[in-house]
Amino acid sequence: MLTLDHLGVTYDGVPAVRDASLTVPDGSVVAVLGPSGCGKSSLLRAVAGLEPASSGTISWDGVDLAGVPTHRRGFAMMFQDGQLFGHLTVARNVGYALKLRKAPDLTARVAELLSLVGLDGYADRLPATLSGGERQRVALARSLAADPRLLLLDEPLSALDAGLRERLAGDLDRILRESGTTTLVVTHDQEEAFALADRLVVMREGRIVQQGAIGEVWAAPADQETALFLGYARVLDGAAAGAVLRAAGLPPAPAVALRRSALTVARPGDTRAEAGRLTGVVRTSRATPDQVRLVVDVEGIGEVDAVATPGTAAAPGEPVALAVEPARLATIGVPVEH
Amino acid sequence: MSAARSGRRTLGLIALAAVPVAVLSVFFVLPVAGMIERGLWPDGRFDPRAVAEVLARPRTHRVLWFTLWTAVAGTVLSVLLGLPAAYVLYRLRFPLRGLVRGLLLVPFVLPTVVVGVAFRQLLRDGGPLGFLGLDGTPTGIVLGLVFFNVAVVIRTVGAAWEGLDPRPAEAAAALGAPPLTVLRTVTLPALRPAIVSSASVVFLFCATAFGVVLTLGGSRYASVETEIYLLTTDFLDLSGAAALSIVQLVVVVGLLVVAGRARAVPDAVVARTTARARRPGRGDVAAVLLTGALLVAVAVPILALVLGSLRAPGGEGWSLASYRALGTRGDGSLVVPVTEALGNSLRTAVDATWMSLGLGLLVAIVVTRRSHSRAERRVRGVLDGFFMLPLGVSAVTLGFGFLITLDRGPLDLRDSPLLVPIAQALVALPLVVRTLIPVLAGIDDRQRQAAASLGAGALRAFTTVDVPVVWRPLLAAAGFAFAVSLGEFGATSFLAREDHPTLPVVIFKLIGRPGAAEYGMALAASVVLAATTAVVLLAVERLRVPALGAW
Repeated sequence: MLTLDHLGVTYDGVPAVRDASLTVPDGSVVAVLGPSGCGKSSLLRAVAGLEPASSGTISWDGVDLAGVPTHRRGFAMMFQDGQLFGHLTVARNVGYALKLRKAPDLTARVAELLSLVGLDGYADRLPATLSGGERQRVALARSLAADPRLLLLDEPLSALDAGLRERLAGDLDRILRESGTTTLVVTHDQEEAFALADRLVVMREGRIVQQGAIGEVWAAPADQETALFLGYARVLDGAAAGAVLRAAGLPPAPAVALRRSALTVARPGDTRAEAGRLTGVVRTSRATPDQVRLVVDVEGIGEVDAVATPGTAAAPGEPVALAVEPARLATIGVPVEH
Repeated sequence: MSAARSGRRTLGLIALAAVPVAVLSVFFVLPVAGMIERGLWPDGRFDPRAVAEVLARPRTHRVLWFTLWTAVAGTVLSVLLGLPAAYVLYRLRFPLRGLVRGLLLVPFVLPTVVVGVAFRQLLRDGGPLGFLGLDGTPTGIVLGLVFFNVAVVIRTVGAAWEGLDPRPAEAAAALGAPPLTVLRTVTLPALRPAIVSSASVVFLFCATAFGVVLTLGGSRYASVETEIYLLTTDFLDLSGAAALSIVQLVVVVGLLVVAGRARAVPDAVVARTTARARRPGRGDVAAVLLTGALLVAVAVPILALVLGSLRAPGGEGWSLASYRALGTRGDGSLVVPVTEALGNSLRTAVDATWMSLGLGLLVAIVVTRRSHSRAERRVRGVLDGFFMLPLGVSAVTLGFGFLITLDRGPLDLRDSPLLVPIAQALVALPLVVRTLIPVLAGIDDRQRQAAASLGAGALRAFTTVDVPVVWRPLLAAAGFAFAVSLGEFGATSFLAREDHPTLPVVIFKLIGRPGAAEYGMALAASVVLAATTAVVLLAVERLRVPALGAW
């Protein structure tokens, strides 16, 4: 188990990570999520031993890792762009750690790993001839070959385009589960975090602002900025929050975060209670292939986002009734139950 | 584009190229052709036996072997000593790093004769390291070559190391590779193009070293270069010298091809970044100590030279007598006082500078302009190759070629005060062209097109787009040319008139005299020459032109 205890990392006196504490239990996948520049990469580099900790400790199973150089930590790191060794073939890249350990059956193990990441027959290719997705797969196989106690992933999918990212995220998730590898992944992409992790750690400006099981964090963001970073479209507070929560049939809270699809234009004959509806006037309307995206000026709330199924949309200036989807909003700032 | 317009462009190109082509034809092709003729057509008939006879001499074998093994030893030592220093100076962060970098580069800009004199002073009997008994030995010569060339390795490999992405090395460490394994399996392979490139350049410099070998080896240990000089001036064996010149020509061209190939090794897979230098750690102790030792080793000959020049000649104590003697002819050993030779050197350098600068600028413009038609591209390709020819000839062979061809008819320039500057300008030309080409090639042609579309004529577009970018490198190139000319000894030793010597020639003459006073004058004159060169190059360094790395 990896434990960070009040970890601090500074560059030339400028703190990049402050007072960060977290644990990565054996066999789990923990994602550190934060915008670029929030210090998550520094945190990962400190865990890898590539940056010294300026305060606090990093320990593995209770053993402090201060002074243990990177190559003795047994933590394999996979970089954002793979960082394959350009002068070595795919097989020699993957076999790099095996060769260091003088592992027996090197060729067979390399073939096995390449097969695991879906790259049979790529052994003799050079990295320069691979696509971005293939390179990341080789980098993953190379990291797994080191048989790491902990796998560190630095934005493993960010360098890839959207379709590929989704496919590789599924593969990565499967491979990590099958091998039971304890993993710490840092990313700025919430989709990536949700696809891979059991636990989520949200970082902002060098500090950990929230952590917990992925569903908990999702359902109850710690604050407004966290909610926006987790992909909520808008945060309402005060009377506006009260009106939305009332319409949703939920208890009052200081603030509420809405996903883009939290409010839907009620179709005529909708069975949901008339009382649960909000009414307003359409300000703008933009059609996308799946839905029509509206901005509606709701009485007593102000401008909010809403969606409508194609065909039911109202034109700007027209009044509409909106139904609230309770599963697509999250309350913020509710005190934890005692 | 109409055929007429494209034809006009090609004509314009040829007009622009006419001057450099003419100059190179007369002052480069002709001397080299004359030299080859002298070697292979000794009596007007083709007769390669003369060359074969020279090559069969036992002394020639010794000379060739000596050149080869000293160059190999010099190269290997330079690389081995330069690599740790490149790492420390470009990858680690410590106080006064800039100063240490500068100090380690000093030897390379010193005139070769000065390096030779400094090593003589250091190693001679009674010198600071005289007890080693290395004076006049091949070991001493190799040390001189390494002293001179280690800066090339530091600069070339250091720049590559500084720009090397640290993440592959970090990835290897994260996979469990200890530091030395990371160095062997990841870092050195990534640096290989830079190492091979610097090693090939150093080998070229070592194999064509003239001033260092001549001052340290005399006639006992000769390389091909010094042997050409000795055959010409001491033995008046012009056919032998021509034969060796042809050998040298073939070898140098071959080495340049190899060096070019080495440089062309694709390193596109190496991502370029400027990594944050880090503080030295425990693992860096060996490299830091080696760098410190190298710094001392570089400082010692220079200190020995400066301190030696301040000793009273033949006596005890400190004195400025050697410097005061620079105004004299040194008891009749010299035809003119050293101060006059310094004046000659400066005047010659001014002439050589404007010549190589004008020539270099024309060449760079012709080579870098974008071609608009196939005919134009072909003409430009031919010109490009032609202008690179001077690279393939060492200064000594050029001087020798001048000596045997520019002595008749309208080209009888033996007494012309321009002969030496012309030779020096040709020696400096490759450096000038290489400083300017990257700059001119870096200007996006669309900038000129934009200026033209706004109504600027060709000249106006040039002053708007090119001049603001080029003036700084141009000034730097002028500084290089001036410094090269000041220290130039290879070609000048053949061409300088007895009554009109340059400072390096006078220093070489002084160091060959037996008297203590003359020796003291040689030391003092070397200090003056080195200081003058250093001032010029310091001024250039302040211009911060990045092309300095491309030798």
